Amino acid sequence: MTIPWLTLLGLIPLLGAAVLCFPVKEIAKGIGMAFALLTALAGFAVAGLSTSGVDLTERVPWIPSFGASWALGLDGMSLMMVLLTVVLTPLVLLAEWKLFDRESTTRWSAQVFFALVLFLEALSLFVFLADDVLLFYLFFEATLIPMYFLIGGFGGPRRSYAAVKFLLFSLAGGLIMLFSVVGLYGESTTQLGAPTFLVGELAKLGFAPTTEMLLMVGFLIAFVIKAPMVPVHTWLPTAAEESTPGTSVLLVGVLDKIGTFGMIKFCLVLFPDASRQAGPVMIVLALVSILYGAIAAIGSKHLLRLVAYTSVSHFGFMVLGIYTFTTTGVSGTIFYMLNHGFSTAALFLVLGFAVSRRGSALVASFGGVEKVAPVLAGSVLLAGLSGLALPGMSSFVSEFMVLAGTWSREPWVAAVAALGTVLAAVYILLMYQRTMTGPVTDQVREHFTTDLNRRERWVVVPLIAVILFLGFVPQAALTIIEPTAVATLGQAGISDPVPPFGEEAQ
Amino acid sequence: MTIAAPSFEWLELSPLLIVLVGACIGVLFEAVLPRRWRFNAQLALLVVTLVAAFAMLLVNWGNGATGLLAMGSVTLDGPAYIAWGALLVFGLLSILVFAERQLDNGATAFAAAASSVPGSNLEADASAARLEHSEVYPLALFSLAGMMVFAASNDLLTMFVALEVMSLPLYLMSAMARRRRLLSQEAGLKYFLLGAFSSAFFLFGMALLYGYAGSFELRAIDAAITAPTYGPGILYTGMAMLAVGVLFKIGAVPFHSWIPDVYVGAPTPVTGFMAICTKLAAVAGGARVFFVALGAERWAWQPVLAVIAVLTMAVGAVLALTQTDIKRMLAYSSVAHAGFLLVAIVGALSEVPGGQVNSVGAIMFYLIAYGFAVVAAFAILTMVRGNAGEVNTLAGWSGLGRSNPVLAGIFAFLMLSFAGIPLTGGFIGKWAVFSAAWRGGYAWLVLAAVVFSLVAAYFYIRVIVVMFFGEPNRSVVVGRASGMTWVPVAVGAAASVYLGLIPGPLLDLLAQAEVFLR
Repeated sequence: MTIPWLTLLGLIPLLGAAVLCFPVKEIAKGIGMAFALLTALAGFAVAGLSTSGVDLTERVPWIPSFGASWALGLDGMSLMMVLLTVVLTPLVLLAEWKLFDRESTTRWSAQVFFALVLFLEALSLFVFLADDVLLFYLFFEATLIPMYFLIGGFGGPRRSYAAVKFLLFSLAGGLIMLFSVVGLYGESTTQLGAPTFLVGELAKLGFAPTTEMLLMVGFLIAFVIKAPMVPVHTWLPTAAEESTPGTSVLLVGVLDKIGTFGMIKFCLVLFPDASRQAGPVMIVLALVSILYGAIAAIGSKHLLRLVAYTSVSHFGFMVLGIYTFTTTGVSGTIFYMLNHGFSTAALFLVLGFAVSRRGSALVASFGGVEKVAPVLAGSVLLAGLSGLALPGMSSFVSEFMVLAGTWSREPWVAAVAALGTVLAAVYILLMYQRTMTGPVTDQVREHFTTDLNRRERWVVVPLIAVILFLGFVPQAALTIIEPTAVATLGQAGISDPVPPFGEEAQ
Repeated sequence: MTIAAPSFEWLELSPLLIVLVGACIGVLFEAVLPRRWRFNAQLALLVVTLVAAFAMLLVNWGNGATGLLAMGSVTLDGPAYIAWGALLVFGLLSILVFAERQLDNGATAFAAAASSVPGSNLEADASAARLEHSEVYPLALFSLAGMMVFAASNDLLTMFVALEVMSLPLYLMSAMARRRRLLSQEAGLKYFLLGAFSSAFFLFGMALLYGYAGSFELRAIDAAITAPTYGPGILYTGMAMLAVGVLFKIGAVPFHSWIPDVYVGAPTPVTGFMAICTKLAAVAGGARVFFVALGAERWAWQPVLAVIAVLTMAVGAVLALTQTDIKRMLAYSSVAHAGFLLVAIVGALSEVPGGQVNSVGAIMFYLIAYGFAVVAAFAILTMVRGNAGEVNTLAGWSGLGRSNPVLAGIFAFLMLSFAGIPLTGGFIGKWAVFSAAWRGGYAWLVLAAVVFSLVAAYFYIRVIVVMFFGEPNRSVVVGRASGMTWVPVAVGAAASVYLGLIPGPLLDLLAQAEVFLR
């Protein structure tokens, strides 16, 4: 009997959430944090095991009559996502530690928040680990429930509206995907004689072109809404504006990654031909997202909304990397998913600390913060520079890889996308200039009585450290990511374009 | 001249007979027992009857007994076993709620004297004397027996008798609410009139089919369709009229108009009983007629039923959106669910290799998953109360999540199950139904069902929003219910969780038992 490491990994936070259902009052936060840290340890253990070559795959029949199985597996991409999830969760809990001491702004208790975060962590881990389409779908939809309550239960005055908007957009995508999942079931029953949902088995199916396109579009719509791309991104700014920064981190940093994750794991692998046909459309959508997100971020008057729009722009880059169908592009996207998680988390949380001091999230409410809270302002700057992909930061590597991959297919697309990096500098630096520099306003002086305290520094330092580490040693992650990218494109039957000068040399 | 005694398979029919005998003994109790003993005696009789019937069902299942029983009028086959088992379980759970006396100062949800004029002295006297109608238990048992026969009858005549036996007690019980009696009486009358009308349609259709096939037996009708002696005109007319009768009971559009009024007017425990048991019997009986008797003519009815399914989902889901009363919202949601069930009936008869769910298995799984959620949801409805009895308005439930997190949490979970969100029984049911329709070649119907699932999800989620994010309503309290209400709630919720996580065993069971005996 081998130890089901991956199942255990997901069960730890689930157990934590279950424990927090009991009245434990004062020690609730401690228990929650303990389980989050334990999960992080387990996550690192799993990473260690899998990189040292242990096969962690689990296959147990679950609903035999549907052909569904409890199938978990780990590849380079899912490992990155698992690490991202297990690292961000304890940091989010730490960042929101004091949120609940101010009874007037929140409704529900810290215990509920911690339980929901752990529940969400467990479900997201299973989403990233699932090797079975039905299992993936199940957890994909189930993550909506804790996220819905996290948005609706904690946050600004219009949080209930934001929660419902988030849920309806996601459910719409999910149900359209359900149609395709049912279709896969039907197709696998006809073609293989018995239904199956294992990704590996489904990849062997051959479809009629129309069927393939139809099924692929069902998945793609769900992932495009999830990612989120223009024009179905509107739920994200609302959600980010109304929820607490910690919730936004989990939403943008972890949950939205399911969109790009799914495009690579399902759209590309299961429906390669249809995906290739959809390529031009997706590239256009990605470019629109990059530019629109960036411009909207420049015009944003609300700090958290601004960060949400920067993410729309970043997700545009990720999708662009996928639909260039090059090893560099896809590896870049997977690396981007990891980096974006950390750098957006840093930006959301640090700005969250600023917002909670000032009591307002409007850009206009700030000014001259760097004089009264230099460490906070410095953190905002570092997080922001990571967001605009400054060389030395990890996001630079991934953005460069995406652009390089794009260039090898479509130089003009890369040229347009590069505009996005310029705009990124504009929105980050303008934001920094308006809020942190300049003369200190009276309100800022009044509200910013303290700089980042020890707890808050413990949140920021690990994030910045990871960003810098991966910026200087990207190979640490890329060696794990690259095989996945190669395997994915191999399964999709697409080879990298030969560089023109390489061709001459041959 | 010798008269052959009719053969009668006592053992195989025992579940049905036990329920009928229990109902008759219940009537005798009313006649001979002193008033103060009746409630407890009826309750004990009810539980003993249903448990014994279920035990005998298991014995028969263990023996593998199948076949045409009672001179070929009742079929005992896989779907009949499942329907009977489900009816007995849901019957027990939902009739238990009838006996809740702790919520309303020692009175049940039924009127003290149903024959008294609302507001009259007689009514006040009866209430003061703490009279109660303990005959509702035998009535419910009669109705349940009718449902069991309806789900298993092998000829149309038996089916018609069963239809009446199951309906008449329901008409009566719908009119017996303790609170808002005029509304309840109107509901009873409305149900009776429309029900009688639909029975007439059923009878007419039956007569025409008899004219076509020369027999009431389902097999004979099938044989007549395969080797016709008459043109199809009389067949189609008969089929359509029969369908009206069945679709009325299922609650499909355009024969759904009774559902909202009757569900709202009837005492909530009775609504719960109707919402699952009537629907289950009607769908099981309807599937038997359509698959066994009319299966050879499925090209004629499948497209029509597909259109009705879309209409039913659309009307149910869209009208539920506009409701401000939770009971009425659940009524429209029940219409929408009838639509989802029809989706599976339409996807019928595809040849599926062994071991997988076919259409009947999908239908039954959906009904069972839906049934547990319905039983628990209506039981919870009885517990949320204000000064004038139950509070069913959405506004009244505002903030329930903070004043009573456990109850609101369970109700929210049930709403998610209705909406078909994963990790609930409702999702697996929906999945089974959609995949059946897809394999039956109705992919477009799956798409329509997906769209209406989203619409439906919205109004279920609205309840959750109100409960958890609304301001608490001081005048509404959750009554301290006894086990009569809590047991159905707990069982229903636990089963919804179980079916969502580990549906395999039930699906396998259904896969064994999904073939109709012809």
